[in-house]
Amino acid sequence: MEFIAQHPVLVVSLGKIIVLLFVLMTALAYLTWFERKVVAHIQSRWGPYYVGPHGLLQPLADGVKFLFKEDVTPPTADRFVYVLAPLLALSLAMTAIALIPFGPPDVRLLGQPVFVVSNVDIGLLFLFAITSIGVYGVALAGWSSNSKYALLGGLRSSAQMISYEVSLTLSVVGVLLLAGTLNFNGIIEGQRGYWWHVLPRWHVFPQLIGFCCYITSAFAETNRVPFDLPEAETELVAGFHTEYSSFKFAMFFMAEYANMITVSCLATILFFGGWLSPFPTEWTWQLYLPGAVLVAIGIYSAFDTVAQMRGIKRLQMSVVTLLALGLGSLCLVPLVAVKIQGPFWFLSKVFLFLFFYVWLRGTLPRFRYDQLMAFGWKLLLPVSLVNLAATAAWLAWSWVRHA
Amino acid sequence: MAGLELGEARMNIPLIVFFACALLAVAGAVTLILVREPIYSALALIVVMVAIAILYLLLGSEFIAAVQIIVYGGAIMVLFVFVIMLLNAGAEERTSYSKLATYVGLPLAFFLLLEIAHWLARARVPAAGGPPAEGVSSRALATQLFRQYLFPFEATSILILVAVLGALVLARKSE
Repeated sequence: MEFIAQHPVLVVSLGKIIVLLFVLMTALAYLTWFERKVVAHIQSRWGPYYVGPHGLLQPLADGVKFLFKEDVTPPTADRFVYVLAPLLALSLAMTAIALIPFGPPDVRLLGQPVFVVSNVDIGLLFLFAITSIGVYGVALAGWSSNSKYALLGGLRSSAQMISYEVSLTLSVVGVLLLAGTLNFNGIIEGQRGYWWHVLPRWHVFPQLIGFCCYITSAFAETNRVPFDLPEAETELVAGFHTEYSSFKFAMFFMAEYANMITVSCLATILFFGGWLSPFPTEWTWQLYLPGAVLVAIGIYSAFDTVAQMRGIKRLQMSVVTLLALGLGSLCLVPLVAVKIQGPFWFLSKVFLFLFFYVWLRGTLPRFRYDQLMAFGWKLLLPVSLVNLAATAAWLAWSWVRHA
Repeated sequence: MAGLELGEARMNIPLIVFFACALLAVAGAVTLILVREPIYSALALIVVMVAIAILYLLLGSEFIAAVQIIVYGGAIMVLFVFVIMLLNAGAEERTSYSKLATYVGLPLAFFLLLEIAHWLARARVPAAGGPPAEGVSSRALATQLFRQYLFPFEATSILILVAVLGALVLARKSE
């Protein structure tokens, strides 16, 4: 206890890292379940169904499968780089999450903010620094496998990531001009308040073009549909990770999903007001919204348990029901409800973006390679440059007018 | 950042990080020269860049550190790796060691080291001995860059633009 009192920063930071790691791993696993389920329903299928109720234990089964599968290394592969690549991809993807503030900084434990691991003064630049290194995971995997498909996949994806990084960065600068800071907390606090008492002052409204450029480049950066050319299976088998099996493959998979989460978090922070509520503060009932949502899920699953589930699945589903009801009623306690408002809104917005990702995957076809490059350099880049110039001009004009 | 006391032993975390990163940077630089596979050389150079970025961070210059990683680690070195992958360059071959390098290069290198040591010995060490507590914020840097040094800054950017255009002209196929 004395040690905790003497080193609050060290202890709280370590605690936050462990909790975040656990939550992130679980989120990554269940994101695969969510994606398979949603895409299945878009295509009129059921998706994962047999392992656990509604296939809820499928991620666990997949994890075990990845761990115990044979780990094949191609004999001609460059061993060191071959092992380094997935490690690099996953560790960088997970480092980026440490910069994301999931809730307001005034919720504290031992004087330390609870909802962010590390509040860096130049958070956005730091995030870009980490993600810009992330290209190496993909490029090196393609090179070290010593296979034509993997090499071509790696080359394609590095070219794509370099090209779209330019417009990604430029599309964000408009928001930075409006916010006047690189710090995530500062950017979010700058979006507090309402236009005409209803419309929240989120940057997405003045920066609609910037947001469209951002989300498009972000999809390309994370190698997702319609920009998933690095893994175009009809041409390149599986792209850069063709030669990877077992847990090394799983690491690339997890890195991709972690990048999706980071990009969605960034979109939430920059354009959608981060942890701020979309409703005016006078609407006090929103305090009980998180609890109400959880209780609603609990009631639905209780109904499901009784009506649909048989045998072991009924037991498993009743555990889900109890968890949802328990957490929901805990969140209805006013003392708790006040604290979790921030994370609730933040995670809800991130969830919407992730749904959007999956939705597009179920909807859009893939770009051709020349279309991809032309789209990035000839359309996205000029548009984000014009957006930046227009924002700067508007800001300068408003300064002159108010001076 | 004060020293962190753990029991009796007194650990100075910034100092440990400094020596670790300095060692990493030097080791990376040596590897870069000694290794014969070009891709390993490129990787070693990336390690050097990142280690130097952490050193900037220790000096309190967050902005420079981030830009160092974004520009050198994320952009320039990616192009290096890209080209090495594209050409699928094999291991480099050793030439018979040139006489010029032995008889002129070594004494010159020795002289350079001597000179660096001389200036380091003469340099004034700050009284506290540690890194400055307050680094340069990105706001202060921007103010300096766009107020006091606006002309050299713009001149440099025009120079870079000219270089980019030149590269484009050279790379374009002659019709």
